[in-house]
Amino acid sequence: MEITRRRLLAYATATPTLGIAVRLAADLGADDPAGAQIAGIVDFTDALTLAALPTQHLLVVEVTAAGRVVARLPRAEVGQGITTAVAQIVAEELDARLADVDVELEDARPELLFNQLTGGSNTIHALYGPLRTASAHARARLITVAARRWGVAAGRLRTRDTAVVAPDGRTLGYGVLSAEAARVTVPAVVPVTKDPADFTVVGQPTTRVDARDIVTGRARYTQDLVVPGALPCVVARPPTLGGTVRSVDDSAARALPGVVAVARIPTGVAVVAESFDQALAARDALVVAWNPGPSAHLSDAGVRSRLAAAVPAFVVPPLGSFTVDRTFDFAFVPHAPMEVLNCVADVRADRAELWLSAKSPIVAAQTVALRLGLPVDQVTVHEVRGGGSFGRRLFFDPAIEAALVSKAVGRPVRLLWTRADDMHHGRLRPASHHRARATHLLGNVVSYEHRMGSVTLDGGHGLGEILTAVGAEALGAVGPAMFQLSQLDLYHFGAQTRLLREVDLAFPTGSWRSVFSGQVRTVDEVMVDEVARTLGRDPVAFRRARLRSARLRAVLDRVASAGAWGRPMPPGTAQGVGLHEEYKSVVAYLVELDARDRARPRVTRAVAAVDVGRAVNPRGLEAQVQGALVDALSFVLQAGVHIDGGAVRESSYTDFRYARMRDAPLAVEVHVMPPTGEPGGGGELGVPAAAAAVANAWARATGAAPTRFPIVES
Amino acid sequence: MPTFTFDLNGETVTVDVPSDSSLLWVLRDALGVTGPKYGCGVGVCRACTSHLDGAAFQPCTTPVADCAGRAVTTIEGLAAGDTLHPVQQAWIDEDVAQCGFCQPGQIMAAVALLAANPHPTDADIDALENVCRCGTYVRIRRAIHRAAGS
Repeated sequence: MEITRRRLLAYATATPTLGIAVRLAADLGADDPAGAQIAGIVDFTDALTLAALPTQHLLVVEVTAAGRVVARLPRAEVGQGITTAVAQIVAEELDARLADVDVELEDARPELLFNQLTGGSNTIHALYGPLRTASAHARARLITVAARRWGVAAGRLRTRDTAVVAPDGRTLGYGVLSAEAARVTVPAVVPVTKDPADFTVVGQPTTRVDARDIVTGRARYTQDLVVPGALPCVVARPPTLGGTVRSVDDSAARALPGVVAVARIPTGVAVVAESFDQALAARDALVVAWNPGPSAHLSDAGVRSRLAAAVPAFVVPPLGSFTVDRTFDFAFVPHAPMEVLNCVADVRADRAELWLSAKSPIVAAQTVALRLGLPVDQVTVHEVRGGGSFGRRLFFDPAIEAALVSKAVGRPVRLLWTRADDMHHGRLRPASHHRARATHLLGNVVSYEHRMGSVTLDGGHGLGEILTAVGAEALGAVGPAMFQLSQLDLYHFGAQTRLLREVDLAFPTGSWRSVFSGQVRTVDEVMVDEVARTLGRDPVAFRRARLRSARLRAVLDRVASAGAWGRPMPPGTAQGVGLHEEYKSVVAYLVELDARDRARPRVTRAVAAVDVGRAVNPRGLEAQVQGALVDALSFVLQAGVHIDGGAVRESSYTDFRYARMRDAPLAVEVHVMPPTGEPGGGGELGVPAAAAAVANAWARATGAAPTRFPIVES
Repeated sequence: MPTFTFDLNGETVTVDVPSDSSLLWVLRDALGVTGPKYGCGVGVCRACTSHLDGAAFQPCTTPVADCAGRAVTTIEGLAAGDTLHPVQQAWIDEDVAQCGFCQPGQIMAAVALLAANPHPTDADIDALENVCRCGTYVRIRRAIHRAAGS
């Protein structure tokens, strides 16, 4: 996809202060996204960016009369740090102080079409150019007004610290220029974005813009909002996934103090009360008979055998001793964000208003409208900061539930899933079974095949519509299409194929940070180590000689040197490496694992090197690379869930063993590589490489490559 | 309903709620103090960690009746006006937070740890049970060492 030769048309919106939006008309045809053919899309990042392109002119950067710069961001902030990065981009191109920039999360705006989905680590890649352009246009208009007032040639004016500066040192703050700037149609200076060599904000390690709010407890999440009259609400849910209510006796529950209403909804029985304590007590007092869910006949062993049976056959026959064949199984993994699913809803006869953290708020609004029988323009979805997502908030289950309950009881409600609700009914990264075969001759891999059988991935949050819009529907269902668009060959390994076969076992699934790559790359990279071991080659040297890209070689070399690859390690401990490329970015990890206690292995130290093209905020990127390692070591070593008769066995962080402090490395050193281009994605990037590095370290520490994840059975 | 009086962040408050109400919901919904977060309701994730007479505790599993006549400190009561507590400042200096949801509890746990043990070792820090699902543990550890001046 080529969108660099863009034509720029800017307009000032008809507001009393300066509001700038930008129109981008790419060669592909901004009004015809379907005109872009799949052949032009290199990967999933291209697909998302292309789908967002036709509505980038609807992004708004505004300068208020008070001198605040306000960027309205049509994305979800769930900890990935995009509000900080967007503030940096806008501050850079406007020459505004970072402290003068406010990034507000945009309510659902259906006219944004495919440009309000937070996923695929795509936010900065898609918005970097448009935000810079909009900011540069705003700056040009502010300069134009200052030039008029001073009677000075616009070309002689500079901008600095949210103000225009005259040659003699006089300044005019943006706030006092804003109203007049809104009426400038043709700026007196050409609005050009900066040469990146002149950047002073983008590229600087920057502390989160909301850090102080967070450490003082002032940061507001959905349940912290004050919505007058909104009553606590919890839902009794079935013992099995997807189970339904057969009958309910709510007489005891209704008699309890504080209970306001009981309402049946498709997912269970909702209780509304004056307090959450009372709602929970009443929920316990409900007598509900449940119909089993559609997967009630399945437990872990049955899932594994169904997946194994579905895996497609290899094409290349085994070459005797020149073949490395392995199989791998991955358990289901819940997203389990710290903030459980929840939503505040106020549904009236003719309209509805909802508050939640949603990564697909337009689809949420459309779905709620449909379920309530309201026109979509009468449904307002307010985007609230989210307490983690990892893919979970692509789905908006609590919005539908809260809307239905609010409508049924005629009161605004604050619906909360308990942690056990979240564990038992939260969506899952699909369990998967993998077979991989590498054949080698004369020390080189001549073919590599990877076959994945996976429980079907649910992309029913607008992703299918996006893939269709960019012409990728030819790749099949959402899962296989994403799979084909996200798996890149890292090595010269001859003929390589990766195939996904999905099996619909009626489990509630969803994209989990890095989607298929978490499993696929782990398998691929374990296979690289296995082939290297078979050939008696050092894993780093073996990789280095076969990598397809210089960027990958650079990050590998960096971790090998900074991490002292090959240093002597005590028995039962070892180093491991892993690489990944996706989202226009590359990353390498070197980890050191202490597996002397096989029941409690610990990653003690890690070094990562990351090249995202251009890191807008290296400090935020470092955080993502550190956090991705903790995700990875959790699901590789110890954290997954079990299925017993169509139900998730685990119910809290006690038995779902996501890492605690004692499981996390003491130090993670992150090397952010110098810029190599435009910004790619970084939020999910680390997970696959880190997982691979941990798995390879386990193999080298224990002498046997892992075949199932999590490795430590609980 | 019975009334319960206790000290909350330096002010005396009286609430009129059922005696088995959990302090977490009393704080959040009756008193509008939302820094302590609901993460599990069973004392496991520790996102609600606050202090009761200076010691870390979990309001989600503490009946309000147990707090009568005692001093409750939440994240909102940690700073002295605009002057942050050194642990809060260390959290900013190390840019610990990602989603931020668990961080009020993490900070309150760290403050309690440092009060009892001004120079904790890595092994001491390993004993902290608070879950951070974003995996900010490396920066939490650095922030605690920074606040300890080590």
